[in-house]
Amino acid sequence: MAKIKLKPKARKGVIGIKCLIKHPMETGLRKKKGKIVPANYIVHMVVSHNGTKVVDADIGSSISKDPYFKFNVAGAKGDTIELKYKDSKGKTGSATAKSK
Amino acid sequence: MKRRLFLKSAMAGSAVATAVGAGLLTPSMAFANSADFKAKSDAAGASAAGAGKGSFKFKAPKIAENGAVVPMTVDASKMDGVTNISFYVVNNGTPLAASFNLSGAQGYVSTRIKMGKTSPVDALVTAGGATTKVSQEVKVTIGGCGG
Repeated sequence: MAKIKLKPKARKGVIGIKCLIKHPMETGLRKKKGKIVPANYIVHMVVSHNGTKVVDADIGSSISKDPYFKFNVAGAKGDTIELKYKDSKGKTGSATAKSK
Repeated sequence: MKRRLFLKSAMAGSAVATAVGAGLLTPSMAFANSADFKAKSDAAGASAAGAGKGSFKFKAPKIAENGAVVPMTVDASKMDGVTNISFYVVNNGTPLAASFNLSGAQGYVSTRIKMGKTSPVDALVTAGGATTKVSQEVKVTIGGCGG
């Protein structure tokens, strides 16, 4: 299953959000034993800060396997960061974390 | 003589026809992508062509040993009103790697992308309606898009 690591860390009024999503990110062009591995990659991702959307990302198949992202948002310790994603198969995943 | 000429022209004609046929039969890269994203990719390519040089920092390795994982960072936190940050890999099948629409977040994005082969990478930053770019060539020793 898809796992998400979400680590927001506040420093000097800025929250550095590090996230790592476990996802195969298959492009649909790669072959394995002569058969094409079906495409399966994250297409859309939303990061919210205290309920308001701060990052809305359209992601292509050329992002690495187990994608890693880092964003900076103005905020303080204790703020809630939420991450949601949707992949090309329609699966969704989400994670919530409180800033440290 | 006339027969020869006829043969020649017929051959030339058929060569053109095969070329066209091949062009039509090439599997479109759109197959792997939603039409929506393809359109975005095209739009990003168009805006990359006309974009001026940006005054933000773009960090990418000069030589990436493994094309499957190429770390890149765009730091435009000095710029105001950054609304979009995109990574555009010119020689990839789908050139647009990702496009981040920022609303409230600072102009800073760090991620890892896949690269099929050596290519210039454009980082596009849209701030206040104007798009600027910083380009860097990344050499790839092993491609990362499968083979």
